Amino acid sequence: MAIALGIQPPSAAVQYLQAAPLALVLGAFLVIPLAAIVVVSFWTYDGVMPAPGFVLDNYRLLLGSRGFWLAAANTLKFAALTWMITGILGFALSYYLAFFIRSGAARLVLLIACTIPFWTSNIIRMIAWVPLLGREGLINQALMNIGVVAHPIDRLLYSDFAVVLAYVQLYTLFMLGPLLNAMARIEPELLEAAIDCGASQWRVVREVVAPLSRTGFAVGSVLVLTLVMGDFITLRVMSGGQSGAIGLIIYNEVGLVQYPDAAAAAVVLLAAVLMIVGAVLRFVDIRGEI
Amino acid sequence: MTSKTTNPETTGDGNSLDRRILLKGAGAAAGGLALGSGAITGFPLVWAQNVKDVVLRQFGTGISAQPAIMDKAQKDLGFRVEMAGLDSNAIIQRAITQPDSYDIADIEFWIAKKVFVAGNMQPIDTAKIKLYDKIVPLFTTGKLTSDSKVAQGTPPHTVGYMAGPTSRAFAKEQTKWATILPLLYNADTLGVRPDLFKHGDVMSWADMLSADAKGKAAIVNIPNIGIMDVAMVLESAGLATYVDKGNMTTDEMDKTFDHLGKFKRDGQFRAFWQTFQESVNLMAAGETVIQSMFSEAITAVRVQGVPCRAQPMKEGYRAWGSGLGLSANLKGLPLDCAYEYLNWCLDGWVGARLGRQGYYSAILETTKANMTADEWGYWYEGKPAAGDILSPTGQKIDAAGGKRDGGSFSERMGHLACWNAVMDNDRYLLRKWNEFVSA
Repeated sequence: MAIALGIQPPSAAVQYLQAAPLALVLGAFLVIPLAAIVVVSFWTYDGVMPAPGFVLDNYRLLLGSRGFWLAAANTLKFAALTWMITGILGFALSYYLAFFIRSGAARLVLLIACTIPFWTSNIIRMIAWVPLLGREGLINQALMNIGVVAHPIDRLLYSDFAVVLAYVQLYTLFMLGPLLNAMARIEPELLEAAIDCGASQWRVVREVVAPLSRTGFAVGSVLVLTLVMGDFITLRVMSGGQSGAIGLIIYNEVGLVQYPDAAAAAVVLLAAVLMIVGAVLRFVDIRGEI
Repeated sequence: MTSKTTNPETTGDGNSLDRRILLKGAGAAAGGLALGSGAITGFPLVWAQNVKDVVLRQFGTGISAQPAIMDKAQKDLGFRVEMAGLDSNAIIQRAITQPDSYDIADIEFWIAKKVFVAGNMQPIDTAKIKLYDKIVPLFTTGKLTSDSKVAQGTPPHTVGYMAGPTSRAFAKEQTKWATILPLLYNADTLGVRPDLFKHGDVMSWADMLSADAKGKAAIVNIPNIGIMDVAMVLESAGLATYVDKGNMTTDEMDKTFDHLGKFKRDGQFRAFWQTFQESVNLMAAGETVIQSMFSEAITAVRVQGVPCRAQPMKEGYRAWGSGLGLSANLKGLPLDCAYEYLNWCLDGWVGARLGRQGYYSAILETTKANMTADEWGYWYEGKPAAGDILSPTGQKIDAAGGKRDGGSFSERMGHLACWNAVMDNDRYLLRKWNEFVSA
């Protein structure tokens, strides 16, 4: 932009100065705390309190415990399921919003409607699932009244199904946003040209819209995957505490002042998330396409 | 100077406190406070003027962090105590990692076991607590009466005293230096829906494993507390034995989790709840009929018009207690004020107020003096109510003829199986718990 307008980019010193505030904030509130977590992950635990030191026990115990691998498998399972469902939903919804809603105002209203789950607090939202999905909830009552089932379906609430349902309700927006942004930048003429050349609508979606919204999908994927992998509240409440996640392990350990164990789990979780994000970014070069 | 310094609530019942005794020590520490202004009750004017800008920051469970208590404290004491309520996980973090963020910590005794070792809190000089010798012996010796047995777990007296004013080691016996001043406590048991789960007036913890509780039972998902409820259940069912349920060996833990995992796989449990609100919702919505439950959650279910009771169990109760402790950073005038506040908390007004919510207080005499005879009979003596029993906010809790679940104070607190605890093997416990939740 600057170059196109014929303005010289500022000197290196000025550029560093411009970047300095953000660098300072990130340094103070991200890099230093993260470094502290890494340091503490090597501390020892004297039976009551953490104590400074350098031991690999925390990692050895973590990676050697069955609980950790079960939780990790759980975390990956939920991440994959949520990613898949929000991906499909997000793509369909943003496709509809981008190409079928002509009026900008209508599009805005519909987009705002997608944020409704966030209008209330996490706690209220979680509680509200009980009268809907519970044993004596609306859905079970309705199913029993019309004679579909004789007994309430327990699996609607406090189950893997409930967890994925809550994730999808919450995180579809994070997939939808970037996808819509990407699709909104596709020239409508491209689609018209494809149709004029005899492409079916399905083929237009597959060969024009999908490739051009790759960046949005990548950004949405990073958001959804990191949100699900770091979550423990939604998982705990919707599974009724009957399902584990690495985040939950960390929470429990912090609760009994076992900071070194919690820090080690946090470092491992961070590494896993970074690897997954790295894999997504390998698939799409976000910087090149933004 | 017209600030009101008398204490109307405690006059006329024979319990009005003479604060001058305390003030002498306090005045000396504060440096040159004029004493002897002639008031028999209430503070000398100079004191009132000095403390009016003092603000003590207290944090702890939501139970004692009530605006009404804050206002009453300010009115009686002349300075402000700001109170914040947090969950137990946040409480322990704050007590240990942010000692500068509070002056007074309202914590449970098992949390004190962790916090005082960290050295962020100072012991309380019990010589400055006027009524200290009136405290229920449960907190000083672990025994309610001289012939009762000390319950398992972490009984308050084992973490109630430090060896010295700067020591980081707990004393085995009562010393002059207390960790926290007991404020409120109770005997918890399982909560039951009497309309949906009929097993008689007195049940066994083992009833949680009965066939009609299948898919309708829940346990608290706070590892060190949930494990004790589980141990009560398994021991009552004859499936396991423990030397000390509140301090298990790794072998005992392995056996416990083997059983627990099997019951989880068989679908005995509906949920493992972590917050007060979750436990209320489970019970009120009929998702569970028997579960771990704290006493105030049972009241919250009843307020919704749903029957729920703190089920008396033949094997006894799981007790917990909390109290007030002082931050290590507290010194000078604020420290004197903090001692004033601690003494005020034992005056009986706070005890009576919390008593109307079902909690027991550390000194029975002053609490009794601040309750009506009917209230005292209902809450402490297990007698049928003569009239309506009201909560502190005026909601009707019980009608005439109603009786408290589990009977009198001595029947409940004299029948303890264990105290909330921190185990020596808590690191191993957590690993097993995390594995159990994920499996």
